[in-house]
Amino acid sequence: MTLTTTPNIPDPDSFYDELLATHQGLTKDQSDALNARLILILSNHIGDRDTLAAALNAARNVT
Amino acid sequence: MVGATYALAHKLYPYAPVPDQSRTAHHPVIIIGGGPIGVATGLDLAQKGTPALILDDHDGVGQGSRAICFAKRTLEIADRLGAGQAMRDKGVVWNVGRVFHGDAQVFDFNLLPEDGHRNPAFINLQQPYFEKFLVDQLRAAEAEGKPIEIRGRNVVTALTQDAEKVTLTIDTPDGPYTATADYVIACDGARSPTRDMLGLSFDGRVFEDNFLIADVKMTAPFPTERWFWFEPPLSAKPQSALLHKQPDDVWRIDFQLGWDIDRNAELSETKIRNRIDEFLPEDTQYELVWTSIYTFQCRRMEQFRHQRVLFAGDSAHQVSPFGARGANSGMQDADNLAWKLDLVLKGQATEALLDTYHEERAHAADENILNSTRATDFLTPKSEISKIFRNAVLTLAKGHPFARPLVNSGRLSTPSTYDALGLNTRDELAGPSKTRPGSPCPDAQLADSYLLDNLPGQFTLLALNTEAPRVTHDLPLNIVTLSAGQITTPLRERYLGDAPHALYLIRPDQHVAARWPVATPAQVTAALNQAIAKT
Repeated sequence: MTLTTTPNIPDPDSFYDELLATHQGLTKDQSDALNARLILILSNHIGDRDTLAAALNAARNVT
Repeated sequence: MVGATYALAHKLYPYAPVPDQSRTAHHPVIIIGGGPIGVATGLDLAQKGTPALILDDHDGVGQGSRAICFAKRTLEIADRLGAGQAMRDKGVVWNVGRVFHGDAQVFDFNLLPEDGHRNPAFINLQQPYFEKFLVDQLRAAEAEGKPIEIRGRNVVTALTQDAEKVTLTIDTPDGPYTATADYVIACDGARSPTRDMLGLSFDGRVFEDNFLIADVKMTAPFPTERWFWFEPPLSAKPQSALLHKQPDDVWRIDFQLGWDIDRNAELSETKIRNRIDEFLPEDTQYELVWTSIYTFQCRRMEQFRHQRVLFAGDSAHQVSPFGARGANSGMQDADNLAWKLDLVLKGQATEALLDTYHEERAHAADENILNSTRATDFLTPKSEISKIFRNAVLTLAKGHPFARPLVNSGRLSTPSTYDALGLNTRDELAGPSKTRPGSPCPDAQLADSYLLDNLPGQFTLLALNTEAPRVTHDLPLNIVTLSAGQITTPLRERYLGDAPHALYLIRPDQHVAARWPVATPAQVTAALNQAIAKT
């Protein structure tokens, strides 16, 4: 499985709202912790190591 | 001085005393406010034969470009009223937008106009021109004997209503007079005096960010594209900036100034010129045409109908400007209301139909408020974490296509589909989703006309590769039959899909009421009754 970087979320504006709503009312530390948990949860769902490596690379190496 | 608090761009309806000022005359419809929505609603009613009197507190259109992006649906409504060509002739067509973060382009988009529409996705046109072209059409209708009238410097100062009528006190330079009406439509803007007179609330969210608009006249080498910057590289560090072309070589420049500003200092011409000088290429010659600082709200009335008083346009709902959903949704209010009120006044529908104006247009207002609010939040993130995510989206958008739909500098206005609302008949056609019941009819080029030209302001039965059943009903029913050979590619793609034939019942506002592969006269009659809330 390769990393999908074309649009893949239905109604992306609505998802973006939900993501921000999940952080509603949290402190900076709480948000950081939530983000870390979310990364781990989603990474496990993806599973494939090559895909995860590609994702790590894409997140790290931005222009 | 009565009315006349701001300078005019065009004096279109100078004050002229009328005999009504010495008696109490009764009118079927009085419209408060002669802006784009008031004039469009009045024109639509009069063209259907229902008399409309429009009262405006000024003699004409105020200065300032204000609403400049007019959407395809608005142009289609203007076409139905007869004002569309003038708008197309004067307006600037644009399709391409570019989004920058700092000085780097993040991505570009093309509104990708589909083939086979008369109108482009958007035109830019200063609001005074838009209003003038509507009033020109009003004068043409008057000359043809249509029952339309507009009175300038007529200020409504009091309003009461009972079971039978609405009573207005109207002030003029020659003193006040009284008039009554079966129905009143308040198109008197965001600060609606009518709303205040009825003690009605207008709740929602206030955004404290200030934006500076500067219209500059210049011959500039920029292409006719919408350019938007997040965190543009300017010394004052505005959060965002916008550059957009209008007619007459006028360019709209917006700067986001922030929350706590010294309004008077920001409005100084020197300060504004400094900002613009830094923003434009060195040594650009320009003339400062108009400047304004605004904040905005996203809010709406709970109910758009209060017995005999109806609210349309900004008086009913207000949005932030990102996405051009203000005037454009107001025009759709007019489109929705005029035919319904016309039928009620002709005794062909009950007041239940007026409640569906509220139902459908409040649904649309909520959609517009949601989209405008999301854009505003993306432009001005309210918390540190939302700013982190916002910047992450911008950073990723440069290299990854998935992030581009998340970049929100305004979700541009599209007309609402009245999904799951009461006037629709259940979809019986396995057809394209874009023409399902409740949706606005997309245009389509035909052999020698456009489809929307054939959908006048009355109910239409559109028969595609099938026969239209013979229907007897009180309502006038326009029949349009197209044989297989007459069905062009865009028409097939938008109205049939894989279906070999179809029958559409279309409302006077060009929204789909019902559709079937075929239908009996009884089915069409039932759908017609459903569409006028006669169940």
